[in-house]
Amino acid sequence: MALVGLRNVGKRYQMGQVQVEALKDVTLEIGKGAFVSIIGPSGSGKTTLLNLIGCLDRPSQGSITVAGQDVGGLTRKQAALFRGEKLGFVFQSFNLIPVLTVAENVEYPLLMVRSMPKSERRSPVARVLEAVGMTDQKDKYPDQLSGGQKQRVAVARALVTNPSLVLADEPTANLDHKTAQMVIGLMKGMRDELGTTFIFSTHDPRIVDQAETIFHLSDGALIDK
Amino acid sequence: MLKIFHLAWRNLTRYKRRSLLTGLLVALGVIAVVVFGGLSESFKGLVVGEITDSMLGHLQVHRKGYVSSIENLPLDKNIPAKAYEKLRTALEGETAVSAYSPRIKFGGMLSNFETTTSIRLNGVDPDREDRVVPDLRKRITTGRRTGPLIEPGEILAPELLAKGLNLKPGDTVVLVATNLDGSVNGITLKVAGILEGVTGPGGRDGYIHIQDAAVLLRLADLEVSEVAVRLKDFDRLDESFTRLAAAVSSLKNKEGQSMFEVHTWADLSPFANIAQLIDIMTIFIKFILIAVVLVSVLNVMIMSVYERVREIGTLAAIGTTPGKILSLFLAEGLTLGLISSVIGALAGTGLLWILNLIGVEVTFGRNKVYTLMPSVELDQLIYVCLIVVLISALASLQPAAKAARLEPVEALRHV
Repeated sequence: MALVGLRNVGKRYQMGQVQVEALKDVTLEIGKGAFVSIIGPSGSGKTTLLNLIGCLDRPSQGSITVAGQDVGGLTRKQAALFRGEKLGFVFQSFNLIPVLTVAENVEYPLLMVRSMPKSERRSPVARVLEAVGMTDQKDKYPDQLSGGQKQRVAVARALVTNPSLVLADEPTANLDHKTAQMVIGLMKGMRDELGTTFIFSTHDPRIVDQAETIFHLSDGALIDK
Repeated sequence: MLKIFHLAWRNLTRYKRRSLLTGLLVALGVIAVVVFGGLSESFKGLVVGEITDSMLGHLQVHRKGYVSSIENLPLDKNIPAKAYEKLRTALEGETAVSAYSPRIKFGGMLSNFETTTSIRLNGVDPDREDRVVPDLRKRITTGRRTGPLIEPGEILAPELLAKGLNLKPGDTVVLVATNLDGSVNGITLKVAGILEGVTGPGGRDGYIHIQDAAVLLRLADLEVSEVAVRLKDFDRLDESFTRLAAAVSSLKNKEGQSMFEVHTWADLSPFANIAQLIDIMTIFIKFILIAVVLVSVLNVMIMSVYERVREIGTLAAIGTTPGKILSLFLAEGLTLGLISSVIGALAGTGLLWILNLIGVEVTFGRNKVYTLMPSVELDQLIYVCLIVVLISALASLQPAAKAARLEPVEALRHV
């Protein structure tokens, strides 16, 4: 059974007097452990598609199933709990919490979302920090890190809860090519090690090649695979 | 819960200057409330203490109708001897009463054989009066301050009259008064001391022995104008008043009507209005504090939410529930209010301690100088801090609810 399944999904926005159709009748399936890229020019609907799979938004039509759960009808609280349980996120601008250290940022989902006791938090935090090579920097604050380091911390934060699926919206857009390759390589390594499914959006052709499955969006419609 | 407050503290320190300024504003408000409260309570306590302990007593019992014409000191509204006996029994049976003192109040003419002037007098039993108003003898500026308060044949002359008549202890004076029948009588008295005046009615009265008053007014039996009462616990004045009023109201005359009326010091002294005004001012200052806390915490929290929209989106995206986001921001406002109020309370208490060391002098009444000893009770400090924390929570509620209601997808898009 596919980890992610979309059936005839559409998303419309009302922008003033104009109705914008961001996604049109998208149907796709993504299997467990896949390393998937969604590509397309700006405004093609990549972020909208990731937001819908990540339960951050609701579809205007169609159904979305993630890890066996129909996520289209979840309430805000149910969606938050589901995200905390099954999903991990990596953002273009890293979105680390500036008042927390590297270790505390990684620890945050275990502490505030999973309410795990301290003794149980130590080991997974150390493990993912080690995996992304940030153990030495664990006491630094985000403003003391480079862009690449920040994104490695963000990947560690996304993986610390051992989620089924990690969604990364343009994770390399703010990074130079070398660092971008390193971050994508890191994500792929994590997939290989943990079996976590990764879906990332990008319009950078240099890193698209790293993906094993590519979905191509244009004007909100899936045009190629 | 602790982790939420820990994160709230970190977020407060993120904008150090803003948090510091807001905290300072709240702390200053708390200092104002604590210091004004301490000073005003000390002033009230001193004046009320003087009025009750050196003049009025805590409560007074009169014959019905006496107080409405008290300015005339009407002898025809005195409590008859038999009724006084009943009243004594009632007062002695009341556990809240520490002591009581019967007084005969009347007006007369005082002469030093050269000049004559009108005078208002209290005929008192010195032992009983000493127990009801123990600070009366502190008002004796010159003359005997130890031993009996007053003995038969003596007068404690009020300061102002003594000055006018050029009296000093040991001088002989003549006191003339009209009794209930309209006949005039006079006695010769020796000045035992000069009494300092105090604020309020009766503050410039003279004192003689109750036996002399009875002789002067030709009272066959001991009838009295009023009975001053001292309570065991002044803080329970209202409760004791209610009990005493109930006990006394059961004493009826032949017609079956209540004979007596009970009044607290506040009913008899105009200072009660000033005390009430001070209380209103204290409440007003508390309202200003509430407004300061409300506006400053609301402002800082609105700014905090506005500046962290994308961060709120991130927290929501990684699984933080709306309830927890609300708690995070609420905890931030509460922490700010709690820390500021505790600092304000400590600084206010410190300032009162310094004022105590320096000694604050306040002039009130006829050039009377009071040295205030301001202090603040722990429960008052806790009460003020609780108000601040509660208002901080209220002020944070709207911004926190706004943060919790933010749609993650919109929040993440925010620049």
